[in-house]
Amino acid sequence: MSHTATRNEAKAQHPFAPLKPMMTDNEAVIEASRCLFCHDAPCITACPSSIDIPMFIRQIMSRNPKGSAKTILTQNILGKSCGQVCPTEVLCEGACVYNDLNETPIDIGRLQAYSTQHAIENNLRFFHKGKPTGKKVAVIGAGPAGLACAHELTRLGHEVVIYEARNKAGGLNAYGVAPYKFSNADAEAEVNYIAQIGFTIRAGVRVVTDSAAANGTSSVLLKDLEKQYDAIFLGTGLGASRRPGMPGEDLQNVYGAAEFIAQLRERDLQMSIGKEVVVIGAGNTAIDACVETAKLGASVTLVYRRTEADQNAYWFEVDLAKQHGIRFLYLTSPVALLGETAVSGVRCVKNRVVPGNGTDKSAIEPVPGSEFELSCDTVIFATGQEKMTGFFQAIDGLTLEQGKIKVDESFQTGHPQYFAGGDCVNGGKEVVNAVAHGRDAARGIHRYLGGDGVNTSQETV
Amino acid sequence: MANLKTNFAGIESPNPFWLASAPPTNTGYQVANAFRAGWGGAVWKTLGQPIVNVSSRYGAVNYRDRRMMGLNNIELITDRPLEVNLAEMKAVKEEFPHHALIASMMFETREEWHDCIQRCEDIGVDGFELNFGCPHGMCERGMGSAVGQNPDVAEKITSWVTEKATIPVIVKLTPNITDITAAGLAAQRGGANAVSLINTINSVTGINLKTMAPNPTVGGYSSHGGFCGPAVKPIALNMVSELYNHTDFNLPISGIGGIETWEDAVEFFLMGASAVQVCTAVMHYGFRIVTDLEEGVRDYLEENNIGQVSELTGIAARKLRRWETLDLNYKVIASIDPETCIGCQLCYIACEDGAHQSIALQNGTRVPRIKDDTCVGCNLCSLVCPVDECISMVEVPTGKPFLAWPQHPANPHSKTQPV
Repeated sequence: MSHTATRNEAKAQHPFAPLKPMMTDNEAVIEASRCLFCHDAPCITACPSSIDIPMFIRQIMSRNPKGSAKTILTQNILGKSCGQVCPTEVLCEGACVYNDLNETPIDIGRLQAYSTQHAIENNLRFFHKGKPTGKKVAVIGAGPAGLACAHELTRLGHEVVIYEARNKAGGLNAYGVAPYKFSNADAEAEVNYIAQIGFTIRAGVRVVTDSAAANGTSSVLLKDLEKQYDAIFLGTGLGASRRPGMPGEDLQNVYGAAEFIAQLRERDLQMSIGKEVVVIGAGNTAIDACVETAKLGASVTLVYRRTEADQNAYWFEVDLAKQHGIRFLYLTSPVALLGETAVSGVRCVKNRVVPGNGTDKSAIEPVPGSEFELSCDTVIFATGQEKMTGFFQAIDGLTLEQGKIKVDESFQTGHPQYFAGGDCVNGGKEVVNAVAHGRDAARGIHRYLGGDGVNTSQETV
Repeated sequence: MANLKTNFAGIESPNPFWLASAPPTNTGYQVANAFRAGWGGAVWKTLGQPIVNVSSRYGAVNYRDRRMMGLNNIELITDRPLEVNLAEMKAVKEEFPHHALIASMMFETREEWHDCIQRCEDIGVDGFELNFGCPHGMCERGMGSAVGQNPDVAEKITSWVTEKATIPVIVKLTPNITDITAAGLAAQRGGANAVSLINTINSVTGINLKTMAPNPTVGGYSSHGGFCGPAVKPIALNMVSELYNHTDFNLPISGIGGIETWEDAVEFFLMGASAVQVCTAVMHYGFRIVTDLEEGVRDYLEENNIGQVSELTGIAARKLRRWETLDLNYKVIASIDPETCIGCQLCYIACEDGAHQSIALQNGTRVPRIKDDTCVGCNLCSLVCPVDECISMVEVPTGKPFLAWPQHPANPHSKTQPV
C-alpha cells in the first residue's frame, strides 16, 4: 500500500479529519527550506498579529521547533489556533513573494501549527507571571481576545480572572470554527497551555447587568466586577445568529448557523441532521455550515440573494464547498419557511440584477412570478450575528457605533475602566485579529494601571 | 551531429563520461549495467593488497532539505580477491569491447605493481589509473595520498608502472597538496600518459550533536574521510585549470569532482579536461543520469557549432589569468528589473549588511533602487536574487583605457610614473 493511499483512506474514514494535517518533522523542514527569508517580509505585514514569520520558519529549517514556537508565541499566544484557522490564503500566504513568481507560497499556516504543536505537546513554557503589581483585572469572555489579553496582563504582573458564560473556554475556537480546522481537543489543549501562566478562568459564569437576572453562582453582576477590579476587558464577541424575519422561522429543525455549529461541537460531532439541508447566506460561516452538514451526510443547497461575485466567502472556502458537492443557488431569496411542525421546504423567489445602487454589491430585485419551492428538512440561517448592544448599553459612557464598541488606540472605551477588543469591537473578524486586540488592549490596560507598557516578566527558554 | 566518441590519451570510448574508481565500479555486475545505461568507460575500484572495510563508511553534508551536497567516505580500496575482480573485468571487457575499462591500482613494491600490470594486460584492459590520491586508511600504510603528496615518490612509482605497462597510464592526483602542478609534473616526469583529478579531499562532514561524535561513526569513533560531490566542484575546476595552464605540463586531463549534470561536464572540458569521471552523482541517483550528460553535452556542442568535445578543452582555462592582469578600469553596476522583481528585498539586506550599502528601499514599492554612484559592481545582489535575470550587472563605459595593477598609480611599485 502506498503512502498516499494510506493517507487517503484515513481521510475517508474520518469525515471531520483535519483539512490541513499536521506536518511531520521531515515535511516541515522541506517546506521551511523553500522560504527565502525576505527582508521586512510582506507576510509579517499581512499578519494582524505581526509574527516574525521568516524567523520562525528559519528556526524550523534549522531543526529548532522550540525556538520557532517561542518566536510565534511571543507575538501571538494563540499561534496554534491561528495557524490552523486563519484564512492564510488572504493573509500571510497571500502576501508571500512566491505568488509573484507563480510559485506556490510557503505553507505558513501549517508550519506555524507544526512548531506550536511541538510546544504544546511538550509543554514548553516560555512565559511566566510578572512581578505582582497588586492590580486586578476582570476579562469578560474566554475567547481569543480575552485569552490573549489575560495572558499578556498576567505576564505584566496583574491578577486576572476571566468570566466565561459557556462551560468551556476558547470562544470561537471551541464553539465556532469548523471542527475540521480546529478540533475540540485542539481548543482545550491550547487553552490549558495558555492558562498555565496563572490567570483564573471562571467558566459557566455569566456576567449580567441586571440584578434580577443574577442567578447564584452561575452569574455575577457587572456592577460588582466594577467594584472588585481595577479594570475590565470586554471580549464578549457577537450575539445570537440574526434571523431575517420571515414566516416559519419558529419551525423545528431551523437553526442559526452559530448555534448549529456550537451544538455540533458541544456534541463532539455526534449530531443527526436531516437529509436535505438549505443554508441561507454566502459568508464564510455559511460555507462552514454547508461543509459540516455535508460531512454529516446531508445533501446541501446554499441559497444566496445576490450573485456569485457578491458573496463574502473566501474563494478557497467556496472551493471547499464545491469539493463537498454543495449546490449553489445564487440570485435567490427565501421568502417563507414551509411546514407543519418541522420545516419541510423553503419558498424562494428568483432575483435579477438591476442598475447600480452605489455600493460594491449588486443591486437586485425579485423577478415577478418566479416563486418556487425548495424541499428540505433542515434550514440554517447564516445571515450574520447580532451585536450585544443591550449588555453594552448598561455601561455608562460606552459609545457604540453600529453596535460595535468604540475604543481608542489603547483599546480603552468611553468608560475609562473598560477596555474592549475582538469581535465586539471590529464587528466580527478573524481569530488573529481578536488575539492582536487582546494583546494590545492588555498593554493599554497596563499603562492605565500605571505601568510603562514594558514587559517585566522573566522569560525562560 | 556532434560526435561524442573520445580518444583520451590513446584510450577510446563511445563518450567522454567514465565512472570513477569507487563503489559504483566495485563489480562486473555494476560496470556492465553502467555500460548498458550509456557510460563510455569505467575505472574499476582500486586493486591492491587485501584489506577489510569498516561498517558505517559514508557521511554527508546536506544543505537545507537537499541531501548530499557533499559526501565523504572512509572506505578503502576493493575488498574482493584480485582473482575475482580480474575474472569479472575480463567478462565485462569481452561483452563491451568498445567501452573503456581502466584498472585502478595501488601497491607497495615494484614487484607487486609489475605483477598486477601483467595480469591486467593479459585480460585486455585499456589502461591503468594509479591511485595516488586516497586520503584515508591507505595513506597510513604509505600508499594513496602518501604517495601523491610527495612528488619524488610519485614520480618514482609512476616510472615503475610506465617501464612495464604497454597501455596508457593515468595518474590520479590528490588535492590534499599545496601545489597541484608539482604532483602533475611529477607524474609527467614518471612517464604517465595522462592525469586524473581531483581525488577526494580530507574532511569531516559533520558531528552528531546528540552523541558529539563525528560522522560517520564506527563504534563511537570516526576517522577523517575523502570529500566529494557537488560541493567540491569549484576546487576541482581550479586545480584542473592550474595544470592545464602550466606551460611545462602537456598531458591530457580526466576531470573529476562533483560532476552531476551536462553543465558540470562542459565546465570541466572548458577548464582543461578532455574527459570526465563521475561517482557521487551515480551513488545518489544511479547510472541513468548519463542520459542527461550525453544529451546535454551533445546539444551544447551542436548549438555552438562545435564538432567534438576536444574543441572545448581549455577555452575557459585560457581566460583564467593572474589577478594583476585584470583591467581595473572595467566597471559594472547592478540593475534591477522592476517588472520581474518580486520584492523579497534580499538584495537590499545583502548589500546593506554584507556589502557596500548601495541599495535603497523606496516608498510605495517593494522594488529596491540601486545607488549607481556608490555601487562597486560586486555582483552580490545578483547572486542572492531568487528570480532569474531580475538583477543584471550592466557594463558602464568609463572611457578610460585598460589599466592593470602593475601600471596603476596607486601601486607603490608601479612601472609608470603617477600623473
